[in-house]
Amino acid sequence: MKPKKTKKKIKNNPQLATEVAPRVEVIEREVPIAVPRKMVTVYIMGKAYKVPAESTIMGAIEYAGYQIKRGAGCREGFCGACATVYRLPGDFKIYTGLACTTLVQDGMWLSQLPAIPAHKPVYDIEKLKPDITAFQQLYPEIFRCVACNTCTKACPQNLQVMDYIQAAIRGDIEKVMDLSFDCLCCGLCSIRCPAEIVHYNVGILAKRLYGRYLAPRSQELELRLQEIRSGKYDQEYKKLMKMSREELEKLYYARDIEEEKE
Amino acid sequence: MYPEYMRASLKKVEETRPRRFELQKSGKPVFPPMTAKEREEVLKKFHPDYRPDARRPVRIGPNKGEMMTREVADLLESYSRIDPTKFDLTRPDFETDILIIGGGGAGCAAAIIARQHGAKSIISTKLRLGDANSMMSQGGMQAAVTPQDSPTRHYLDAIGGGHFDNKPELVRALTEDGPEVVKWLEDLGVIWDKRPDGNNYVLHGGGTSRRRMHSCRDYTGAIIMRTLMDEVRNHPEDITVLEFMPTVELILDHHGRCAGGILYNLETEEYFVVKAKATIIATGGFGRLHIRGFDTTNHYGATGDGLVIAYRAGAKLLYMDSVQYHPTGAVFPEQIAGFLITEKIRGAGGQPVNRHGELFVFPKEPRDVESAAIIRECLERKNGIETPSGRVGVWLDSPLIEMLHGEGYIAKNFPAMYRQFIRYGIDITKEPMLTYPSLHYQNGGIEINERCETNIPGLYVAGEASGGVHGRNRLMGNSVLDYNVFGRRAGRYAAEYAKNVKLGRLTLDHVLEFERELKKAGIRTNRIAPILLPLYTPEEVRKRQLTARYEGTLR
Repeated sequence: MKPKKTKKKIKNNPQLATEVAPRVEVIEREVPIAVPRKMVTVYIMGKAYKVPAESTIMGAIEYAGYQIKRGAGCREGFCGACATVYRLPGDFKIYTGLACTTLVQDGMWLSQLPAIPAHKPVYDIEKLKPDITAFQQLYPEIFRCVACNTCTKACPQNLQVMDYIQAAIRGDIEKVMDLSFDCLCCGLCSIRCPAEIVHYNVGILAKRLYGRYLAPRSQELELRLQEIRSGKYDQEYKKLMKMSREELEKLYYARDIEEEKE
Repeated sequence: MYPEYMRASLKKVEETRPRRFELQKSGKPVFPPMTAKEREEVLKKFHPDYRPDARRPVRIGPNKGEMMTREVADLLESYSRIDPTKFDLTRPDFETDILIIGGGGAGCAAAIIARQHGAKSIISTKLRLGDANSMMSQGGMQAAVTPQDSPTRHYLDAIGGGHFDNKPELVRALTEDGPEVVKWLEDLGVIWDKRPDGNNYVLHGGGTSRRRMHSCRDYTGAIIMRTLMDEVRNHPEDITVLEFMPTVELILDHHGRCAGGILYNLETEEYFVVKAKATIIATGGFGRLHIRGFDTTNHYGATGDGLVIAYRAGAKLLYMDSVQYHPTGAVFPEQIAGFLITEKIRGAGGQPVNRHGELFVFPKEPRDVESAAIIRECLERKNGIETPSGRVGVWLDSPLIEMLHGEGYIAKNFPAMYRQFIRYGIDITKEPMLTYPSLHYQNGGIEINERCETNIPGLYVAGEASGGVHGRNRLMGNSVLDYNVFGRRAGRYAAEYAKNVKLGRLTLDHVLEFERELKKAGIRTNRIAPILLPLYTPEEVRKRQLTARYEGTLR
């Protein structure tokens, strides 16, 4: 069961060498390398490269030798930095995806979108009302939605994007919040929208309005804040902060653990 | 889809599941938690920090002679990207009250609070605003809010998890500000998971004695980060955001106070001088150094830039001998190797089991202990499962969660995790995930006090870049809390400081001095830092990158 490991030497980037550098030093790392079984051809911005068949688009771009500056972020499907559009051979459709989570296919023609032009109106959350007026005021273009559903088809998270824009048109903030909750703000919806809507910013507005005004408030939290303000924990903090390591250790290992049950 | 050869092991996991379900339902620990002695043993023998070649003494700078993680010591013993003599510091390109280096959670929180205290700021960020580990946290944020909990209990959990090395005043700040942060974020529009009565829904994390992990499904970081970013962008008159403009050196004044930084435009390759009355480092961690060859859960830009520039300027570092490996990084499929599988999975009842379907560790040990136990199970006891590409891991049994909380719970509470795996034909409501520890967090960092001050006047640090809050091991959910608590504090105290400071003559002499020290110590290297971006170009390509002379920006 011993993992096979291939030693891979990674040298310092020679491009960064300067006059002060007396000699090249090698950093050695142990990196387990998957042996690529099958290669496919992809066209990165039109240029053909052979890459391992199981690569993600991001992996393929780096395998080809690009140093990504724009177009990579968390690399795990949370940040939306790597919006990518592509076509497949023999297929007229434009497809969309995140480079970090979409696998390459043979003959894929792809291009990353380095940034999405989108407006973000400035507002004061304390001066907005959690209803349709907020959308009318800040994003009046949503009312131009033609319900074509292109945004939904473009969403790499498979969110019901058009449905949440329709909910915004009705002023149903909770629905917009719920449907747009998992949005990564990659912008692919907006770049495809014939009505020029910036869906993801509408989603952020709705989520903030929901959290600020519509979510039920925690009584427990208010009580705890009062306790802290009244200095209820000051004495105990002082005691704990003065304790020796041994005293703390004793207290720590003797502490009771709350049961899992609800 | 799992390959055929894993079927036999998957079947065993299924067979033991009903028994493990009964155990979990009892509410008692499903496996005996380790004693202090057992913890120490497993750490010493199996935690990557304790490998014989994991650490070496750093040879120059404020921590000279101290043991550090090898890759960190290498990074610190490096040359600057710039020639300081070429900069005219008397004519800054930008002037501001506060230069905030880093556009993640801590940087944004600092900018928002600094503004409320009357300070204008510039956020210098290497990639886009919000491109940070903050965006990626899934599980949640700790804060002691429930009646059966208290901030002092949170204190004890945090300091015990950190092996009692945490700085007490920082742990107090962290735990005492916690509830206030929950409220602040909700007022800004963060949507906490709620119980029907309106109180926040909370779960356990590793090493917690009370359920106190507040979450936003499993997009906690994304929801918080996007709220903070949106708020930052609502104040363009006071907060200037410079994207793709990392800070590559700090500037001091001739009294030794921090006075801004040198910014680098990643795209045009120009440098800019920013003069600032106070500076906040909020650059996050170092996962992309791939310490000991580990995969990482971290963001593309997590290259420890803040450590380098602060160290050159004379800031003291703390606990740079300790690295956090998240117990459950993905190991299969290969495309998501190293990706974070949130601790909330274990918080909700998911159990790590070996290839025989047996429990081998209490699922909620502190992270370093849990990781070491998983490594032991794979490497010493040979009870791991090997992947086709030669990795090894243990199962994290997620279907149990649906049995415990009812069908649909995973779809509702773990949409990100569900998506991550279903893309590759693995349905985590029906099959477990294969996991192994993944490089996750920089436990130490630039030493601060509870006002986020460093030993350099005018230099503040907040978030993962700072050291002392978590000792040598952070508990889950305390990093989201950390960047909020200390981001806010840094914003406030830097703004107050900026009101009164009168800067002297600006200088980069400390950079020249550091390079002289490098040479004097006989350190022969051409390493340039901050490295800004990791290098993933395959060796075959690099062999052909043979440009011998560079002309202008044609690199």
